[in-house]
Amino acid sequence: MDHLERLENQSIYILREAYKNFDNLCMLWSVGKDSTVLLWLARKAFFGHVPFPLVFIDTSYKIPEMITWRDNLAKEWNLEIVVAKNEKALAEGMGPEKGRIECCTALKTVGLELALKEKQYNGVIAGVRADEEGTRAKERYFSARDRYNDWDFREQPPELWDQFKTRFAPGTHVRVHPLLDWTEINVWEYIQREKVRVVDLYFDHGDGTRYRSLGCYPCTGKINSTAKNIPEIIEELRKTKVPERAGRAQDANRGMEMLRKGGYM
Amino acid sequence: MTAAANVTEESGNGQRENFQVVFVGHVDHGKSTLLGRVYADTGSIPEGHVEKVMDICRQQGKDFEYAFLFDAFLEEQQQGVTIDTARTFFNWKNREYIIIDAPGHKEFLKNMISGAARADAAVLVIDAAEGIRQQSKQHGYMLSLLGIRQVAVVVNKMDLLDFDEKRFRQIEEEFSSYLKSLDVFAKHFVPASAKKGDNVVEPSKAMPWHNGPTVLGALERFEKLPPRADLPLRFPIQDVYKFDERRIIVGRVASGTLSVGDHLVFSPSNKTAQVKTIETFNVPIPPSSVSAGWSTGFTLDEQIFIERGEIASLADNPPEVTSLFRANVFWMGMAPLREGTTCFLRLATREEEMKVTRIHNLIDAETLQSAGSMGEIPRYGVAEVTIQTKHPVALDRYSDIETTGRFVIVDGYDVSGGGIIMEPLEDELQEFRQEARHRDFLWRKGEVKQSERVTRYGHNPALILFTGEKGTGKARLGRILERRLFSGGRHVYLLDAKNIQLTLGRDLSEADKIEMVRRFSEVAQVLLRCGLIVASTTNTFALADHQPIRELVHPHKVITVHMAFQKGELPEKTDLDFLESENLEEAAKTIIKKMEDMEILL
Repeated sequence: MDHLERLENQSIYILREAYKNFDNLCMLWSVGKDSTVLLWLARKAFFGHVPFPLVFIDTSYKIPEMITWRDNLAKEWNLEIVVAKNEKALAEGMGPEKGRIECCTALKTVGLELALKEKQYNGVIAGVRADEEGTRAKERYFSARDRYNDWDFREQPPELWDQFKTRFAPGTHVRVHPLLDWTEINVWEYIQREKVRVVDLYFDHGDGTRYRSLGCYPCTGKINSTAKNIPEIIEELRKTKVPERAGRAQDANRGMEMLRKGGYM
Repeated sequence: MTAAANVTEESGNGQRENFQVVFVGHVDHGKSTLLGRVYADTGSIPEGHVEKVMDICRQQGKDFEYAFLFDAFLEEQQQGVTIDTARTFFNWKNREYIIIDAPGHKEFLKNMISGAARADAAVLVIDAAEGIRQQSKQHGYMLSLLGIRQVAVVVNKMDLLDFDEKRFRQIEEEFSSYLKSLDVFAKHFVPASAKKGDNVVEPSKAMPWHNGPTVLGALERFEKLPPRADLPLRFPIQDVYKFDERRIIVGRVASGTLSVGDHLVFSPSNKTAQVKTIETFNVPIPPSSVSAGWSTGFTLDEQIFIERGEIASLADNPPEVTSLFRANVFWMGMAPLREGTTCFLRLATREEEMKVTRIHNLIDAETLQSAGSMGEIPRYGVAEVTIQTKHPVALDRYSDIETTGRFVIVDGYDVSGGGIIMEPLEDELQEFRQEARHRDFLWRKGEVKQSERVTRYGHNPALILFTGEKGTGKARLGRILERRLFSGGRHVYLLDAKNIQLTLGRDLSEADKIEMVRRFSEVAQVLLRCGLIVASTTNTFALADHQPIRELVHPHKVITVHMAFQKGELPEKTDLDFLESENLEEAAKTIIKKMEDMEILL
């Protein structure tokens, strides 16, 4: 087995464990490359089916191409999409100009929280990777969230071999992270091997820029890059010393630690 | 495009790999400094970062230390969260290293264990001046329990001892003999000075006597071990899917190879069937076999009922099945693990109620001596124990097959302990279970499948065992039940053990009771294979004899109905109980209701 096959088979195992152990499961799909790879892995794990809904957190600030692309794929693959939207905060004019952390908390964390509450999900699959940023490096494959959605990273139960946390107190839920061991390069290598479709925004279309990480348009910067296809992206990543999320504003000044502790993905 | 094409080819060759290494050792023995050095000297620290930390040190009037560099690097990567196991990443020659930095403090042992459990290899750091300390040994011990086979030992701070070879050899000798007693063989002992950079990335000029690799060299020499396709087949059933017309049994091949056409046996149910297809998604030609490490799915030639937790194997080398075994466990729960406490065992995909019946002794990780037992295992204690499960489970000795030879203990909501199986023990029913397994594996099936009988008869086979004293109405209730079931179109037979005594048991005396039980059970199991519901009412057998009967008719469903003159204590595994004075027609209805609930009657 090569490294991608090992990662793939571990992720499929985790997805199947989640499906077996949680009776009300959902998967977060941001339309980004990681959660799209996760969606592909789910189709592999369940032989072409996706037996749980995909939650899309709509901040209303997503890049429009992402929405069109999402709807097309949802139709083609017969996906059930649940849109999580904090309508109240949006009606009250929430936006990045009110503060980035405030905005992320209201539109993403609370947006997700509202959907979890309404649908009573007890298992939430997310495509986070340990190499993305610091707090994610401390995650477990199955990570407990308390009834307030909070994550206590200091008192996490041990995780041994392939035995995961699948029991939880009423009112709490578990985040499942099948891609935890994947690196950014692994994701691209896998996209190439499996010919997984990804949104076009990741590639340079001639102006020497592209998105390396996708989020809301006010807070996600493009990087200077002439990578026009997957092999060129992989080559570029092998050489770079700039972190993946350098273009993501909410990561600065320990912002991500505060966000994730409070239930952010 | 040439460069890009090369990249593609390289990844296509599978030469690249991800490799997880856990760094462990006693607190303050220099793990952070060592990691700082490794990252700095391999150029893995962002540009300008070293200079920045040096400036800060100068301002604060401190000597520059690589530990600051690593901690600052962590601070940046970890955003200040430094408690807990953290993963950092660096690339070196086709490998993406994932470095798991496990804190040396004892309070963080559970994090160290979580990190180490998924590592490919471990580096254990020992301070040359301080020598081997308690945590050095405890971590070494945990590595052996977790099955980490590849270990390198770095004897750090050699500069404090003027790079004295004698001191290094002394530690090497002492620690390698300690590891050897745990069946861990350190691949390399590296004398190093993380502070000065000796033998970290560059070979040391101060220690020309060292012929082995540097720390980085030791990392490079670790091998990515392949999944164990060379061992006997073990396929723990993870789930059974019916998304479409296919009934796919899914799981991961834990060891060995699974091929189309294999005659599988499932343990502990003893059911057998043949692999019809291996199922995949998005693969043009489905494979004819899959080996260890692959998450896969397959269909069978026959619709047999199997569920999560069973282990598929080949008939010539099945796992053991028992409810009693010896194990070495380590405990991480807040409260101690006490003898007799009920918790849950998880072994591969099986979850089963268990209790520790005996703690033989606690093991002192430092001396490896027995530290006696007070009937409980404290947090972070390691002990030799006997475990009993409520129902028999399929398992292996850890030394034979790791994946099916290790388990975790779940207490409340959390995984609170782990262990490895040293030796399956014979519980009192072992003899009968062995007989049933042997018989079922070799049983020649007829043309008509069991599932076809179930479809035609509209019910599953089952044994209804009536227990209780003479005169409590067992036979009367049995007859009423038989009549009711028959009138309802069911295929049922009342088998009184007396009839077996008259025939097959003619040569047996009272003293051969167990043999009588065996012959009765074998007749019953043939009737069950015919698809019948068998009711058994007899005074011939005592209550204790019902356990062997269950084993011998396993995995057919059994309902035990107990009759008594007055309310009292019920025998173990009683499903229903009635009084002699009750309305027996109503009692029969209750039994039928139970049979519906258990999906015997469809």
